Amino acid sequence: MTHRSSIFAIALAAAAIFTLMGPAACRKKAADPFPATDAASGWKKTSATRIFAAKDLYQYIDGDADQYVAAGVVTTSTSDYKYQGKIEATADVFEMGDVNGAQKMLDAGSLAGGKQLAIGDGGIAFAQSVLFRKGPYLVRIVAYQGDPDTPLALSGLAQAIAGKL
Amino acid sequence: MESRREFLKTAATGALLLSSKSALGLGGAADHNAVKSRVVIARDAKVYSSPGQLDETRVVALLDRAVASWTGYNKPLDGWKRILGKDLGPDKVIGLKVNGLGGKGIATHPVLTKAVCERLQQAGIKPANIIIWEQRTRFLEACGFEHSDNPGSIRTLSSEIFGYEQNPQSFGSARVNLAKALTLCDMVIGLPILKDHSMAGVTFAMKNMYGVVERPFELHRDGCNPAVADLNCIPVVRQKVRFTIGDALSSVYDGGPGFRPERLWYPNALIVGEDRVALDSVAWQMIERKRSEVGMPTLESAGRPPRYIATAANAAHGLGTNEPGRMEVVEV
Repeated sequence: MTHRSSIFAIALAAAAIFTLMGPAACRKKAADPFPATDAASGWKKTSATRIFAAKDLYQYIDGDADQYVAAGVVTTSTSDYKYQGKIEATADVFEMGDVNGAQKMLDAGSLAGGKQLAIGDGGIAFAQSVLFRKGPYLVRIVAYQGDPDTPLALSGLAQAIAGKL
Repeated sequence: MESRREFLKTAATGALLLSSKSALGLGGAADHNAVKSRVVIARDAKVYSSPGQLDETRVVALLDRAVASWTGYNKPLDGWKRILGKDLGPDKVIGLKVNGLGGKGIATHPVLTKAVCERLQQAGIKPANIIIWEQRTRFLEACGFEHSDNPGSIRTLSSEIFGYEQNPQSFGSARVNLAKALTLCDMVIGLPILKDHSMAGVTFAMKNMYGVVERPFELHRDGCNPAVADLNCIPVVRQKVRFTIGDALSSVYDGGPGFRPERLWYPNALIVGEDRVALDSVAWQMIERKRSEVGMPTLESAGRPPRYIATAANAAHGLGTNEPGRMEVVEV
Protein backbone atom coordinates (compact mmCIF):
# COMPACT_ATOMS: atom_id res chain seq x y z
CA MET A 1 0.00 0.00 0.00
CA THR A 2 1.38 3.45 -0.92
CA HIS A 3 1.73 6.27 1.58
CA ARG A 4 -1.01 8.20 -0.23
CA SER A 5 -3.50 5.33 -0.17
CA SER A 6 -2.78 4.74 3.54
CA ILE A 7 -3.68 8.32 4.34
CA PHE A 8 -6.84 8.00 2.28
CA ALA A 9 -7.82 4.81 4.13
CA ILE A 10 -7.27 6.43 7.54
CA ALA A 11 -9.29 9.48 6.51
CA LEU A 12 -12.12 7.26 5.28
CA ALA A 13 -12.16 5.29 8.52
CA ALA A 14 -12.19 8.48 10.58
CA ALA A 15 -15.08 9.83 8.52
CA ALA A 16 -17.00 6.59 9.04
CA ILE A 17 -16.42 6.66 12.81
CA PHE A 18 -17.51 10.30 12.99
CA THR A 19 -20.64 9.55 10.97
CA LEU A 20 -21.59 6.64 13.18
CA MET A 21 -20.82 8.26 16.53
CA GLY A 22 -21.60 11.87 15.79
CA PRO A 23 -25.31 12.03 16.69
CA ALA A 24 -24.88 9.97 19.84
CA ALA A 25 -21.85 11.96 20.95
CA CYS A 26 -23.75 15.22 20.53
CA ARG A 27 -26.71 14.09 22.64
CA LYS A 28 -26.77 14.92 26.34
CA LYS A 29 -26.35 11.55 27.97
CA ALA A 30 -28.32 10.72 31.10
CA ALA A 31 -26.00 8.35 32.97
CA ASP A 32 -28.70 7.47 35.48
CA PRO A 33 -31.99 9.29 35.04
CA PHE A 34 -33.35 8.21 38.40
CA PRO A 35 -33.24 10.40 41.48
CA ALA A 36 -31.78 8.88 44.61
CA THR A 37 -33.83 8.39 47.75
CA ASP A 38 -35.29 11.70 48.97
CA ALA A 39 -33.97 13.58 45.94
CA ALA A 40 -37.65 13.77 45.07
CA SER A 41 -39.54 14.71 48.22
CA GLY A 42 -40.95 11.67 50.00
CA TRP A 43 -39.75 9.14 47.42
CA LYS A 44 -37.47 6.26 48.27
CA LYS A 45 -35.69 4.44 45.46
CA THR A 46 -36.47 0.79 46.21
CA SER A 47 -34.65 -1.09 43.47
CA ALA A 48 -31.46 -0.95 41.49
CA THR A 49 -31.69 0.66 38.07
CA ARG A 50 -32.17 -1.95 35.36
CA ILE A 51 -31.16 -1.10 31.80
CA PHE A 52 -32.28 -2.93 28.68
CA ALA A 53 -30.82 -2.48 25.21
CA ALA A 54 -33.38 -2.46 22.39
CA LYS A 55 -32.62 -6.05 21.47
CA ASP A 56 -33.28 -7.15 25.06
CA LEU A 57 -36.35 -5.05 25.74
CA TYR A 58 -38.62 -8.11 25.41
CA GLN A 59 -37.07 -9.31 28.66
CA TYR A 60 -38.75 -6.40 30.39
CA ILE A 61 -41.92 -5.77 28.43
CA ASP A 62 -42.42 -8.72 26.13
CA GLY A 63 -45.49 -8.00 24.06
CA ASP A 64 -45.03 -4.25 24.33
CA ALA A 65 -41.39 -4.19 23.22
CA ASP A 66 -42.02 -4.33 19.48
CA GLN A 67 -43.77 -0.98 19.27
CA TYR A 68 -40.92 0.74 21.09
CA VAL A 69 -38.35 -0.98 18.90
CA ALA A 70 -40.29 0.10 15.80
CA ALA A 71 -40.23 3.68 17.09
CA GLY A 72 -36.45 3.51 17.50
CA VAL A 73 -35.87 2.84 21.20
CA VAL A 74 -32.16 2.75 22.06
CA THR A 75 -32.23 1.81 25.74
CA THR A 76 -34.83 1.47 28.46
CA SER A 77 -34.08 2.12 32.11
CA THR A 78 -36.40 1.27 34.95
CA SER A 79 -36.50 1.62 38.70
CA ASP A 80 -39.01 1.09 41.50
CA TYR A 81 -39.94 3.71 44.08
CA LYS A 82 -42.05 4.07 47.19
CA TYR A 83 -43.64 7.26 48.44
CA GLN A 84 -43.88 7.79 52.20
CA GLY A 85 -44.10 4.04 52.69
CA LYS A 86 -47.53 3.81 51.11
CA ILE A 87 -47.45 4.32 47.34
CA GLU A 88 -45.37 1.97 45.19
CA ALA A 89 -44.44 3.05 41.70
CA THR A 90 -42.31 2.05 38.74
CA ALA A 91 -40.57 4.60 36.54
CA ASP A 92 -39.50 3.73 33.00
CA VAL A 93 -37.25 5.96 30.90
CA PHE A 94 -37.18 5.12 27.20
CA GLU A 95 -34.30 6.71 25.34
CA MET A 96 -35.48 6.89 21.74
CA GLY A 97 -33.32 7.45 18.66
CA ASP A 98 -34.74 10.93 18.20
CA VAL A 99 -37.45 13.34 19.30
CA ASN A 100 -39.89 12.00 16.71
CA GLY A 101 -39.69 8.49 18.10
CA ALA A 102 -40.43 9.72 21.61
CA GLN A 103 -43.30 11.89 20.41
CA LYS A 104 -44.71 8.99 18.41
CA MET A 105 -44.87 6.82 21.51
CA LEU A 106 -46.37 9.66 23.53
CA ASP A 107 -49.09 10.08 20.92
CA ALA A 108 -49.66 6.33 20.57
CA GLY A 109 -51.49 6.02 23.87
CA SER A 110 -55.07 7.11 24.28
CA LEU A 111 -54.91 10.40 26.16
CA ALA A 112 -58.61 10.53 26.98
CA GLY A 113 -59.26 11.34 30.59
CA GLY A 114 -55.80 12.74 31.25
CA LYS A 115 -54.64 16.23 32.16
CA GLN A 116 -51.96 18.09 30.23
CA LEU A 117 -48.68 18.11 32.08
CA ALA A 118 -46.09 20.90 31.91
CA ILE A 119 -43.05 18.77 32.55
CA GLY A 120 -40.19 18.40 30.07
CA ASP A 121 -41.57 19.03 26.61
CA GLY A 122 -45.07 18.16 27.75
CA GLY A 123 -47.03 15.14 28.75
CA ILE A 124 -50.14 13.88 30.40
CA ALA A 125 -51.15 12.91 33.90
CA PHE A 126 -53.76 10.45 35.10
CA ALA A 127 -54.78 9.60 38.65
CA GLN A 128 -52.17 6.85 38.91
CA SER A 129 -49.77 7.48 36.07
CA VAL A 130 -47.70 10.12 34.32
CA LEU A 131 -46.33 10.12 30.78
CA PHE A 132 -44.09 12.85 29.41
CA ARG A 133 -41.41 13.51 26.83
CA LYS A 134 -38.20 15.45 27.18
CA GLY A 135 -36.17 15.58 23.99
CA PRO A 136 -35.67 12.01 22.82
CA TYR A 137 -36.70 10.59 26.20
CA LEU A 138 -40.12 9.22 26.98
CA VAL A 139 -40.89 8.73 30.65
CA ARG A 140 -43.73 6.69 32.10
CA ILE A 141 -44.40 6.42 35.83
CA VAL A 142 -47.17 4.19 37.15
CA ALA A 143 -48.36 3.95 40.74
CA TYR A 144 -49.85 0.74 42.08
CA GLN A 145 -52.02 2.33 44.74
CA GLY A 146 -54.65 4.96 44.28
CA ASP A 147 -54.37 7.51 47.07
CA PRO A 148 -55.34 11.16 47.39
CA ASP A 149 -51.61 11.96 47.47
CA THR A 150 -50.75 9.96 44.35
CA PRO A 151 -51.14 12.64 41.63
CA LEU A 152 -49.01 15.22 43.44
CA ALA A 153 -46.43 12.64 44.46
CA LEU A 154 -46.12 11.37 40.88
CA SER A 155 -45.74 14.91 39.63
CA GLY A 156 -42.86 15.46 42.07
CA LEU A 157 -41.08 12.32 40.94
CA ALA A 158 -41.62 13.23 37.28
CA GLN A 159 -40.10 16.68 37.87
CA ALA A 160 -37.08 15.12 39.52
CA ILE A 161 -36.54 12.68 36.64
CA ALA A 162 -37.00 15.44 34.04
CA GLY A 163 -34.32 17.42 35.86
CA LYS A 164 -31.84 14.60 35.34
CA LEU A 165 -32.48 14.19 31.61
CA MET B 1 -86.32 -22.45 31.52
CA GLU B 2 -84.53 -25.43 33.01
CA SER B 3 -84.65 -26.02 36.72
CA ARG B 4 -81.48 -25.81 38.77
CA ARG B 5 -81.52 -29.60 39.18
CA GLU B 6 -81.80 -30.13 35.42
CA PHE B 7 -79.17 -27.49 34.79
CA LEU B 8 -76.72 -29.13 37.16
CA LYS B 9 -77.40 -32.53 35.65
CA THR B 10 -76.75 -31.23 32.12
CA ALA B 11 -73.59 -29.47 33.23
CA ALA B 12 -72.30 -32.54 35.03
CA THR B 13 -72.94 -34.72 32.00
CA GLY B 14 -71.18 -32.24 29.75
CA ALA B 15 -68.21 -31.99 32.02
CA LEU B 16 -68.07 -35.77 32.37
CA LEU B 17 -68.15 -36.21 28.60
CA LEU B 18 -65.37 -33.69 28.11
CA SER B 19 -63.24 -35.26 30.84
CA SER B 20 -63.80 -38.74 29.41
CA LYS B 21 -62.81 -37.58 25.94
CA SER B 22 -59.68 -35.95 27.33
CA ALA B 23 -58.81 -39.09 29.24
CA LEU B 24 -59.29 -41.18 26.12
CA GLY B 25 -57.19 -38.84 24.06
CA LEU B 26 -60.12 -37.93 21.87
CA GLY B 27 -59.28 -34.28 21.79
CA GLY B 28 -61.48 -33.01 24.60
CA ALA B 29 -62.57 -29.50 23.76
CA ALA B 30 -61.53 -29.92 20.14
CA ASP B 31 -64.20 -32.56 19.65
CA HIS B 32 -66.86 -29.94 20.02
CA ASN B 33 -69.57 -31.52 17.91
CA ALA B 34 -70.72 -33.76 20.73
CA VAL B 35 -71.35 -31.18 23.45
CA LYS B 36 -71.30 -27.43 23.66
CA SER B 37 -68.21 -25.87 25.14
CA ARG B 38 -69.20 -24.61 28.53
CA VAL B 39 -67.79 -21.31 29.76
CA VAL B 40 -68.77 -20.03 33.18
CA ILE B 41 -68.46 -16.38 34.14
CA ALA B 42 -68.78 -16.07 37.89
CA ARG B 43 -69.10 -12.56 39.27
CA ASP B 44 -69.15 -10.95 42.66
CA ALA B 45 -69.61 -7.20 42.76
CA LYS B 46 -68.33 -7.16 46.35
CA VAL B 47 -65.18 -9.21 45.79
CA TYR B 48 -63.12 -6.09 46.52
CA SER B 49 -63.51 -5.02 50.14
CA SER B 50 -61.88 -1.67 49.39
CA PRO B 51 -60.21 -0.18 46.30
CA GLY B 52 -57.54 -2.63 45.17
CA GLN B 53 -58.08 -4.91 48.15
CA LEU B 54 -59.60 -8.31 47.46
CA ASP B 55 -61.72 -10.03 50.08
CA GLU B 56 -60.05 -13.45 50.34
CA THR B 57 -63.13 -15.19 51.64
CA ARG B 58 -65.20 -13.91 48.75
CA VAL B 59 -62.54 -14.94 46.21
CA VAL B 60 -62.64 -18.51 47.54
CA ALA B 61 -66.44 -18.45 47.43
CA LEU B 62 -66.36 -17.10 43.87
CA LEU B 63 -63.97 -19.85 42.81
CA ASP B 64 -66.21 -22.47 44.39
CA ARG B 65 -69.24 -21.03 42.63
CA ALA B 66 -67.48 -21.03 39.27
CA VAL B 67 -66.30 -24.62 39.67
CA ALA B 68 -69.70 -25.76 40.91
CA SER B 69 -71.40 -24.20 37.94
CA TRP B 70 -68.95 -25.62 35.42
CA THR B 71 -68.93 -29.14 36.82
CA GLY B 72 -72.46 -29.30 38.13
CA TYR B 73 -71.32 -30.37 41.56
CA ASN B 74 -72.27 -28.17 44.47
CA LYS B 75 -69.53 -29.45 46.79
CA PRO B 76 -66.22 -27.86 45.78
CA LEU B 77 -64.23 -31.06 46.31
CA ASP B 78 -66.54 -33.07 44.06
CA GLY B 79 -66.11 -30.41 41.41
CA TRP B 80 -62.33 -30.46 41.71
CA LYS B 81 -62.25 -34.24 41.51
CA ARG B 82 -64.25 -33.97 38.31
CA ILE B 83 -61.83 -31.41 36.85
CA LEU B 84 -58.78 -33.42 37.83
CA GLY B 85 -60.21 -36.66 36.46
CA LYS B 86 -57.40 -39.10 35.70
CA ASP B 87 -54.89 -36.65 37.16
CA LEU B 88 -56.27 -37.09 40.63
CA GLY B 89 -53.78 -39.31 42.40
CA PRO B 90 -51.08 -39.17 45.04
CA ASP B 91 -48.21 -38.87 42.59
CA LYS B 92 -49.83 -36.65 39.98
CA VAL B 93 -48.22 -33.28 39.42
CA ILE B 94 -50.49 -30.31 38.76
CA GLY B 95 -49.08 -27.09 37.33
CA LEU B 96 -50.58 -23.64 37.65
CA LYS B 97 -49.41 -21.29 34.91
CA VAL B 98 -49.92 -17.80 36.29
CA ASN B 99 -49.30 -14.56 34.37
CA GLY B 100 -47.27 -11.69 35.76
CA LEU B 101 -45.84 -10.18 32.59
CA GLY B 102 -47.72 -6.93 33.09
CA GLY B 103 -46.17 -6.35 36.52
CA LYS B 104 -47.80 -6.48 39.90
CA GLY B 105 -50.56 -4.06 38.93
CA ILE B 106 -52.02 -6.53 36.45
CA ALA B 107 -50.88 -10.03 37.38
CA THR B 108 -52.81 -13.14 38.37
CA HIS B 109 -53.97 -12.30 41.87
CA PRO B 110 -52.10 -14.31 44.54
CA VAL B 111 -55.28 -14.79 46.55
CA LEU B 112 -56.84 -16.65 43.61
CA THR B 113 -53.77 -18.83 43.06
CA LYS B 114 -53.66 -19.68 46.76
CA ALA B 115 -57.36 -20.55 46.72
CA VAL B 116 -56.78 -22.96 43.83
CA CYS B 117 -53.83 -24.52 45.70
CA GLU B 118 -55.99 -24.99 48.78
CA ARG B 119 -58.71 -26.74 46.83
CA LEU B 120 -56.20 -28.94 44.99
CA GLN B 121 -54.73 -30.09 48.30
CA GLN B 122 -58.16 -30.75 49.71
CA ALA B 123 -58.85 -32.84 46.63
CA GLY B 124 -55.81 -34.98 47.41
CA ILE B 125 -52.91 -33.40 45.57
CA LYS B 126 -49.75 -33.28 47.68
CA PRO B 127 -48.27 -29.80 48.19
CA ALA B 128 -44.97 -30.90 46.65
CA ASN B 129 -46.90 -31.96 43.55
CA ILE B 130 -48.29 -28.50 42.94
CA ILE B 131 -46.16 -26.25 40.77
CA ILE B 132 -46.85 -22.56 40.31
CA TRP B 133 -44.67 -21.14 37.60
CA GLU B 134 -43.93 -18.24 35.31
CA GLN B 135 -41.44 -17.53 32.59
CA ARG B 136 -39.35 -14.95 34.45
CA THR B 137 -38.54 -14.43 38.12
CA ARG B 138 -39.86 -10.89 37.98
CA PHE B 139 -43.17 -12.08 36.49
CA LEU B 140 -43.47 -14.73 39.20
CA GLU B 141 -42.82 -12.09 41.86
CA ALA B 142 -45.50 -9.90 40.32
CA CYS B 143 -47.87 -12.81 40.97
CA GLY B 144 -46.85 -12.80 44.63
CA PHE B 145 -44.36 -15.67 44.66
CA GLU B 146 -40.60 -16.07 44.85
CA HIS B 147 -38.71 -18.86 43.16
CA SER B 148 -38.66 -21.74 45.63
CA ASP B 149 -38.03 -25.41 45.04
CA ASN B 150 -38.13 -26.72 48.58
CA PRO B 151 -39.10 -30.36 48.98
CA GLY B 152 -42.37 -30.95 50.76
CA SER B 153 -43.99 -27.63 49.96
CA ILE B 154 -45.67 -26.09 46.95
CA ARG B 155 -43.05 -25.37 44.31
CA THR B 156 -42.98 -21.86 42.88
CA LEU B 157 -40.71 -21.86 39.88
CA SER B 158 -39.23 -19.33 37.54
CA SER B 159 -38.28 -20.87 34.21
CA GLU B 160 -35.32 -18.49 34.14
CA ILE B 161 -33.90 -20.61 36.93
CA PHE B 162 -35.62 -23.97 36.48
CA GLY B 163 -34.87 -24.06 32.78
CA TYR B 164 -36.16 -25.27 29.44
CA GLU B 165 -36.10 -28.54 27.56
CA GLN B 166 -33.19 -28.84 25.15
CA ASN B 167 -35.10 -30.35 22.26
CA PRO B 168 -37.43 -27.94 20.49
CA GLN B 169 -41.04 -28.85 19.77
CA SER B 170 -42.87 -27.72 16.64
CA PHE B 171 -46.28 -27.14 15.18
CA GLY B 172 -46.77 -24.90 12.18
CA SER B 173 -44.98 -21.61 12.69
CA ALA B 174 -44.10 -22.36 16.31
CA ARG B 175 -40.76 -24.00 17.03
CA VAL B 176 -40.10 -23.64 20.73
CA ASN B 177 -38.22 -24.91 23.73
CA LEU B 178 -40.75 -25.70 26.41
CA ALA B 179 -40.37 -24.94 30.10
CA LYS B 180 -39.28 -27.91 32.17
CA ALA B 181 -41.97 -26.95 34.64
CA LEU B 182 -44.55 -27.71 31.94
CA THR B 183 -43.15 -31.06 30.92
CA LEU B 184 -42.89 -32.09 34.56
CA CYS B 185 -46.63 -31.72 35.06
CA ASP B 186 -49.32 -34.31 34.41
CA MET B 187 -51.91 -31.59 34.05
CA VAL B 188 -51.76 -27.82 33.81
CA ILE B 189 -54.42 -25.36 34.85
CA GLY B 190 -54.03 -21.98 33.19
CA LEU B 191 -54.48 -18.96 35.44
CA PRO B 192 -54.23 -16.08 32.97
CA ILE B 193 -55.37 -12.54 33.65
CA LEU B 194 -57.63 -10.82 31.16
CA LYS B 195 -55.86 -8.03 29.24
CA ASP B 196 -55.83 -6.01 26.10
CA HIS B 197 -52.69 -6.70 24.06
CA SER B 198 -50.90 -4.21 21.83
CA MET B 199 -50.22 -6.83 19.15
CA ALA B 200 -52.50 -9.82 19.70
CA GLY B 201 -55.56 -7.75 20.61
CA VAL B 202 -56.49 -9.84 23.63
CA THR B 203 -54.40 -12.01 25.91
CA PHE B 204 -56.09 -14.64 28.02
CA ALA B 205 -56.26 -18.46 27.94
CA MET B 206 -54.26 -19.36 24.82
CA LYS B 207 -51.88 -16.41 24.81
CA ASN B 208 -50.91 -17.27 28.40
CA MET B 209 -49.01 -20.19 26.92
CA TYR B 210 -46.39 -17.77 25.59
CA GLY B 211 -45.06 -17.98 29.12
CA VAL B 212 -44.23 -21.67 28.75
CA VAL B 213 -41.61 -21.14 26.04
CA GLU B 214 -38.10 -19.78 26.15
CA ARG B 215 -38.31 -17.17 23.39
CA PRO B 216 -41.91 -15.95 23.17
CA PHE B 217 -40.88 -12.77 21.36
CA GLU B 218 -40.28 -14.91 18.28
CA LEU B 219 -44.02 -15.61 18.16
CA HIS B 220 -45.28 -12.03 17.90
CA ARG B 221 -45.34 -11.60 14.13
CA ASP B 222 -48.64 -10.72 12.39
CA GLY B 223 -50.57 -10.09 15.57
CA CYS B 224 -49.41 -13.43 17.00
CA ASN B 225 -51.43 -15.22 14.34
CA PRO B 226 -51.13 -18.14 13.72
CA ALA B 227 -48.43 -18.47 16.39
CA VAL B 228 -50.83 -18.54 19.36
CA ALA B 229 -52.88 -21.30 17.74
CA ASP B 230 -49.78 -23.19 16.61
CA LEU B 231 -48.19 -23.04 20.05
CA ASN B 232 -51.33 -24.38 21.69
CA CYS B 233 -51.33 -27.25 19.18
CA ILE B 234 -47.92 -28.52 20.22
CA PRO B 235 -48.84 -31.91 21.67
CA VAL B 236 -47.40 -31.33 25.14
CA VAL B 237 -49.29 -28.04 25.48
CA ARG B 238 -52.47 -29.38 23.93
CA GLN B 239 -52.59 -32.47 26.10
CA LYS B 240 -51.49 -31.06 29.43
CA VAL B 241 -53.22 -27.71 29.58
CA ARG B 242 -56.72 -28.95 30.21
CA PHE B 243 -58.48 -26.38 32.31
CA THR B 244 -58.45 -22.62 32.70
CA ILE B 245 -59.43 -20.49 35.66
CA GLY B 246 -59.26 -17.05 34.12
CA ASP B 247 -58.68 -14.09 36.41
CA ALA B 248 -60.92 -11.22 35.41
CA LEU B 249 -61.07 -9.73 38.88
CA SER B 250 -59.30 -6.77 37.32
CA SER B 251 -58.26 -6.12 33.75
CA VAL B 252 -56.84 -3.54 31.35
CA TYR B 253 -59.04 -2.78 28.34
CA ASP B 254 -56.39 -0.78 26.47
CA GLY B 255 -52.63 -0.29 26.50
CA GLY B 256 -51.88 -3.87 27.55
CA PRO B 257 -50.20 -6.17 28.16
CA GLY B 258 -48.42 -3.82 30.59
CA PHE B 259 -50.05 -2.17 33.60
CA ARG B 260 -51.98 0.94 32.61
CA PRO B 261 -53.78 2.16 35.72
CA GLU B 262 -55.70 4.68 33.63
CA ARG B 263 -57.19 1.79 31.62
CA LEU B 264 -57.81 -0.55 34.55
CA TRP B 265 -61.27 -1.87 35.19
CA TYR B 266 -62.85 -4.36 37.53
CA PRO B 267 -65.01 -7.06 35.93
CA ASN B 268 -64.99 -8.75 39.39
CA ALA B 269 -65.17 -12.09 37.62
CA LEU B 270 -63.62 -15.47 37.09
CA ILE B 271 -64.00 -17.08 33.67
CA VAL B 272 -63.57 -20.84 33.75
CA GLY B 273 -63.75 -23.68 31.31
CA GLU B 274 -61.90 -26.29 29.35
CA ASP B 275 -62.15 -24.96 25.80
CA ARG B 276 -59.50 -22.25 25.50
CA VAL B 277 -60.87 -21.02 22.19
CA ALA B 278 -64.32 -20.51 23.66
CA LEU B 279 -62.81 -18.86 26.73
CA ASP B 280 -60.82 -16.44 24.57
CA SER B 281 -63.89 -15.66 22.48
CA VAL B 282 -65.80 -14.74 25.61
CA ALA B 283 -62.84 -12.74 26.93
CA TRP B 284 -62.59 -10.85 23.64
CA GLN B 285 -66.23 -9.86 23.82
CA MET B 286 -65.81 -8.66 27.39
CA ILE B 287 -62.94 -6.39 26.33
CA GLU B 288 -64.95 -5.10 23.36
CA ARG B 289 -67.96 -4.32 25.54
CA LYS B 290 -65.80 -2.34 27.93
CA ARG B 291 -64.09 -0.46 25.11
CA SER B 292 -67.46 0.38 23.59
CA GLU B 293 -68.74 1.53 26.99
CA VAL B 294 -65.90 4.07 27.31
CA GLY B 295 -66.10 5.15 23.67
CA MET B 296 -62.98 3.42 22.41
CA PRO B 297 -62.74 1.87 18.94
CA THR B 298 -63.14 -1.86 18.48
CA LEU B 299 -59.98 -3.92 18.33
CA GLU B 300 -60.65 -4.41 14.62
CA SER B 301 -60.72 -0.63 14.15
CA ALA B 302 -57.62 -0.31 16.29
CA GLY B 303 -55.87 -2.67 13.87
CA ARG B 304 -55.42 -5.57 16.23
CA PRO B 305 -58.34 -7.98 16.21
CA PRO B 306 -57.37 -11.27 17.89
CA ARG B 307 -57.39 -13.28 14.67
CA TYR B 308 -55.61 -16.17 16.34
CA ILE B 309 -58.90 -17.17 17.97
CA ALA B 310 -60.52 -18.07 14.64
CA THR B 311 -57.30 -19.75 13.56
CA ALA B 312 -57.32 -21.90 16.68
CA ALA B 313 -60.87 -22.96 15.86
CA ASN B 314 -60.20 -23.92 12.25
CA ALA B 315 -59.92 -27.48 11.01
CA ALA B 316 -56.13 -27.39 10.88
CA HIS B 317 -55.94 -26.61 14.60
CA GLY B 318 -59.21 -27.88 16.09
CA LEU B 319 -58.48 -26.48 19.52
CA GLY B 320 -62.06 -25.58 20.30
CA THR B 321 -64.90 -23.47 19.08
CA ASN B 322 -65.45 -19.77 18.55
CA GLU B 323 -69.01 -20.25 17.29
CA PRO B 324 -71.57 -18.86 19.72
CA GLY B 325 -73.98 -21.65 18.79
CA ARG B 326 -71.49 -24.22 20.00
CA MET B 327 -70.83 -22.52 23.28
CA GLU B 328 -72.81 -22.52 26.46
CA VAL B 329 -71.89 -19.34 28.28
CA VAL B 330 -73.29 -19.28 31.78
CA GLU B 331 -73.16 -16.28 34.08
CA VAL B 332 -73.50 -16.95 37.78
